[in-house]
Formats: sequence, C-alpha cells, structure tokens
Amino acid sequence: MLKLEKISKSFNGTKVLKDISTTFPENKTTVILGPSGSGKSTLLRSLNFLEHPESGIYDFDDTKIDLSKPLTDKMILDIRKKTEMVFQGYNLFPHLTVKKNVMEGPVQVLKKGKDEAEQEAIELLDKVGLKDKADSYPSELSGGQSQRVAIARSLAMHPEYIFLDEPTSALDPELELEVLKVLMKIAEEEQSMIIVTHNLAFARQVANKVLFIEDGSVLFDGPVEDFFNSDNERINGFVNAMTFNDIE
Amino acid sequence: MWKIIMDALPQLIVAGLKYTIPIAVISFVIGLIIALATALVRLSAKGGWFVIVKWIFRFYVWLFRSTPLLVQLFIVYFGLPYLKIKGIFPEGIKLDPWTAGILTFSLNTGAYCSETIRAAIQSIPTGQWEAAYSIGMTKSQVLKRIILPQAIRVSLPPLSNSFISLVKDTSLAASITIVEMFEVSQQIAAENFQPLLMYTLVALVYAVFCTILTWLQGYLEKVTSRYVTPAN
Repeated sequence: MLKLEKISKSFNGTKVLKDISTTFPENKTTVILGPSGSGKSTLLRSLNFLEHPESGIYDFDDTKIDLSKPLTDKMILDIRKKTEMVFQGYNLFPHLTVKKNVMEGPVQVLKKGKDEAEQEAIELLDKVGLKDKADSYPSELSGGQSQRVAIARSLAMHPEYIFLDEPTSALDPELELEVLKVLMKIAEEEQSMIIVTHNLAFARQVANKVLFIEDGSVLFDGPVEDFFNSDNERINGFVNAMTFNDIE
Repeated sequence: MWKIIMDALPQLIVAGLKYTIPIAVISFVIGLIIALATALVRLSAKGGWFVIVKWIFRFYVWLFRSTPLLVQLFIVYFGLPYLKIKGIFPEGIKLDPWTAGILTFSLNTGAYCSETIRAAIQSIPTGQWEAAYSIGMTKSQVLKRIILPQAIRVSLPPLSNSFISLVKDTSLAASITIVEMFEVSQQIAAENFQPLLMYTLVALVYAVFCTILTWLQGYLEKVTSRYVTPAN
C-alpha cells in the first residue's frame, strides 16, 4: 500500500503541493482529477521521485521515507523497481525495437535471462495487441500503438503500482480508445494503477477511487460514484465542464 | 613529369600509411576518451569538491581551444624539456616526437570533441532519462544503454569533421621532426626542385584520404540512423 502524509512541494517559491495526505489502495485504480496546473502531474511524478517533494512522509508497504531528509540512491532505486511510469509523450527508446523496449528493464534491472525476457515481451505485446510490431522501431508506430508499447514496457517490470500521466492526452479519440481498452483490461486484472486523466467518462468506468486536486490541495478523496454524485459546487462545475454537461 | 610523380607518389603514400594515418587514428581514439570524460564531468550535477574538478576540465577546454595547435606542439616538444622541477622532473620533461605529437593532438581534438559530445548528450530529450529512471536504471545504465547510443548518432557528423581536420593537422607534426607525409613531400621537393608539383601531389593524397573518410562517415551515419524514419 502506498500512503502519503503531508506532502509539500514548491517550484521557485510557489507551493504546488500543499500538505497532501492520501492512500492509494492496492489492486485498485485511483484516478487523479483536477484542472490544468493544479499539481496533479507533480504529485504523480513525486510518487516515482522524478520530482522530489521537500517535506512529508512517503510510505510504501510500511517503509516510511521522510522526504525532508536527503534520499539515498538505493531508496530511490528500490521504489522505482516497484513502480512504473507511463508518460503522456510515451518516451519509448527510439534506438531499440519495440520488443527490446519491453525487454530493457527486465534484462538490465531485474537481470532476467534474454530468452525469458524476450518470451515475456512477446506475450505482453500480444496482450496490448501489438505482437506483429515486435521488431518495428518506435518511429514506425502511431501514437496509440506507442502508448500501448509503453504500457507493455511498464507491465514487464511486474510493478506493484503503475503511474500514468495523462496517457491519452496526445491522442485522437479513436487512438485514445485503443489505449483505454488496454487499461480497462489491466484494471480488471487488479493491477494497482494511479492515473492522471482529463477523460471523465473513462475515469468513471475504470476508477475505484477519485482524488480531486485543485491549487495543490485535495478537494475530494473518496469512491468514484460519490465524486460524480457530489453536491459540492466546485466539483459539479468541474464535472459539467469536462463532460459538456451530459455525455451519457 | 609523369616519372617524377611516379617516383614521389609511393614515398608519399608509404609515409601517409606509416605516420599520418596512425598518428591521426591513435590521437583521435585517445581524444574521444578524453572528450567523453570531459563532457560527463561538465554535465555532472555534483556539487561540493567536484566543482573544482569541473573547473579544471573547463580550463583545459578553454586552453586548447584558445591557442594554436602549432604553438601547443612547440611547447610540448621544445618547451617542456626546460620545465625543470626539483624532485619531480629535475631533468625537464623530454618526450620523443611521437609521444609529444600524439599527446598534443589527443588533447587538442579532445577539447573540441568534448563540446560536440556535451551538446549531443544535451540534445536527447529529458523524457528519455525519465523513462529509463522509472524502469529502475542507475545513472550509468541510463547513459550507457539509452543516452549515449542516441547521442552517438547526433554527434557523428561534427565528430567526423574533427577527425578529418585532425588528419590534415598531422602535417604540423613535421615541425617536431616527425617524418610524416608532408615532411616527405618537402624533402622530395628539395631534391627535385619541383615544389609546385610535389605540394600539389601531397595535397591530392590528403584529399584522397579525407574522401575515403567521408565515405566512411556516410556509412556510419546510415548504420546508426536505422531506427529513424526518413523525413519526406
């Protein structure tokens, strides 16, 4: 279980995360919602130490890390081995084939044998519907295909959590659907995920829990249906704006 | 005239293969190692005492880019024997011409190439670092497996420039008594009184060497760009 206690982070004197405390349940999908610039991406990146909050307690499976103290490389590497990040811009390794992108972590970090890693890479690519692209280079893929490879790459590490930072924001609706279907499948398999997204229809379907962030603070933290049925004026306003009122 | 050329050409090519090319290749390999180390030091985010190391490398790059190569060769070969330090070098630093030449050429080309490599590493998007970090790689793994393979492709054309320059700059080794290709052409010209013919001939041999290197560059660019979809 991943828990945060009073996490704060500033950029050049501006506080972007203000005393955020929450838990991210295991085997569930948590969706982080909020307007642009609210700090939700910074929060997600902090979970993988791509950003370093100045204070707060980061608690992973009861290993508590005090963020106000300097972090050792070992602490960071341990957390990163158990967690994976999927980026808005995919960030596939362009000089490696699709298959080798997926194998890179297992071979280099988990020290798996090449044959074993390759076999698993093919299975994962099959799962995201891209087995036939195993030997292509990322430059030959569409955006939706690239993001599905990035998801396969993160699954190959068997992480406890996958963090997804606006995974479909760069895609047109059709390609977005390709990726969302894959994410739904993974959610059904009870992979713990934390997703930052602007797609509320998807959030409502996939999420067990919603964290709504505005101006660096938590405005809502609870079950997904409670969020969409909330009588909080600000949350209603946000939901209505994002869904163009009634999309269902 | 044909006979004069046919007499001189084999001597020039032999000198080229025995001196010009080996000096250039050895110096460039050492220069690249120096350049990579310099680039990594200068890009390092480490603070504290490491700042001093960074300053030393910065000073080195400044020194070798701000002074003429010919002067550098003279200082190392003719000057250093007079650097007499009690206890360490009581007799001064006396280097044979090969050592002095290769040392100077390596340091000189290393200074230029370090800037090429530094720029190439910086040109790789930060997302590549982040993606590699997030799968749990250490910094040296990220560099070796993800960043440098991509940076090599970017730095290939400017590094080829440096190498081709170096091949021609080895002609300066004549001034520190190395009998390389240009020195041989001077000796032949002094015997047959045909300076125009001899220096044009040696220029052509340099041009042939550099053309072969340009082809090699094209081949390497093709190999390292396999993963890039050509722009239409």
